[in-house]
Amino acid sequence: MHWSLELIISLLLLIGSSFALIGSIGLARLPDFFMRTHAPTKGTTLGVGSTLIASMIYFSVTNGRLSVQELMITIFVFITAPVGAHLMAKTALHLKTRPISKTRNSPLDKE
Amino acid sequence: MLDLNANANKKWSWLPHPVISLAVLVSWLLLTSYSPGSLIMGIILGWFIPWITQGFWIMPVKIKSWPKLAGYCLLVLYDIIIANIQTARLVLADIDKLQPSFIKLPLDLENPVAITMLANTITLTPGTISARVSTDCKHILVHGLNIHDPEQAIHEMKNRYEKPLKEIF
Amino acid sequence: MLNFALWLSILMFSASLGLCIYRMLIGPDIVDRILTLDTMSVNAMALIILLGIQLNSQLFFEAAMLIAMMGFIGTVSLCKFQLRGNIIE
Repeated sequence: MHWSLELIISLLLLIGSSFALIGSIGLARLPDFFMRTHAPTKGTTLGVGSTLIASMIYFSVTNGRLSVQELMITIFVFITAPVGAHLMAKTALHLKTRPISKTRNSPLDKE
Repeated sequence: MLDLNANANKKWSWLPHPVISLAVLVSWLLLTSYSPGSLIMGIILGWFIPWITQGFWIMPVKIKSWPKLAGYCLLVLYDIIIANIQTARLVLADIDKLQPSFIKLPLDLENPVAITMLANTITLTPGTISARVSTDCKHILVHGLNIHDPEQAIHEMKNRYEKPLKEIF
Repeated sequence: MLNFALWLSILMFSASLGLCIYRMLIGPDIVDRILTLDTMSVNAMALIILLGIQLNSQLFFEAAMLIAMMGFIGTVSLCKFQLRGNIIE
């Protein structure tokens, strides 16, 4: 394999895994549920997306024919991640999960 | 309330959702090989699955302009990358300085598909997550990770995402 | 170079799975655990894709796709159960 292709695949892999790692660091580090939702939904989406694109380029080059199957998982993850996040935030509001006290304009304060 | 079952009693048609049929065909071809046999199977499945499930689908969407939809997708893709860099910076920085906040975003859109797309876009773009759509579809409750000026955030979301969506649907 | 990047990203995804397990153990609410499960399924999917590159085999693609779908369905059904008290009405 040509070294420039290898470089592109390596860069995509490293960018993807660092974003996924940052997403999980946010999940472990942030103080309340609503803030925690931000990190994994955004981080893992792009992280997995770029890993899948790296895999797509790798198999297209090694097999000698275009491999677009990975694109399907990428689109699937990009569509389902916000839907899942929305459902989880809705569930948290329904279960009256308390945001941290400095949150402005919390809907649970009025009830 | 939106009437999602408006077409439950509609007459059955032979090709109810051409776009969904095409999507099923393309994904079947991507999942299997590109042989004539799988093309025939894909055409059969692409006709049969939307036909047997047509009672469940909400009203078919009229899209006014496809180029604008493509432009909107590119805008969202660009914003996802920006959002990731921004969220990474916020997460790794001093988290005590963050100012989380809930915002009530008033909606001008009426089409349920457009509202769904707006809510998903808000979730994927910088620093905001849609948490709840009010039952009368007039407001989206948005949670922001670091919002110091709610008015400006509302203005930005309305201009950047809601305006193009209004032109598309 | 590719081999090194591959192992480094496998290491990073494993570390993020470890952080997820930490949050799963201490997570104060049920929604935190649902969120963690969702993140874990996506990370596990990425690990399987990386294993596929390492072993130079495309057979792992279907497994990754199944994990992605099952993760989403699991998240939706757990949230629905918390919201309504039952899954299929």
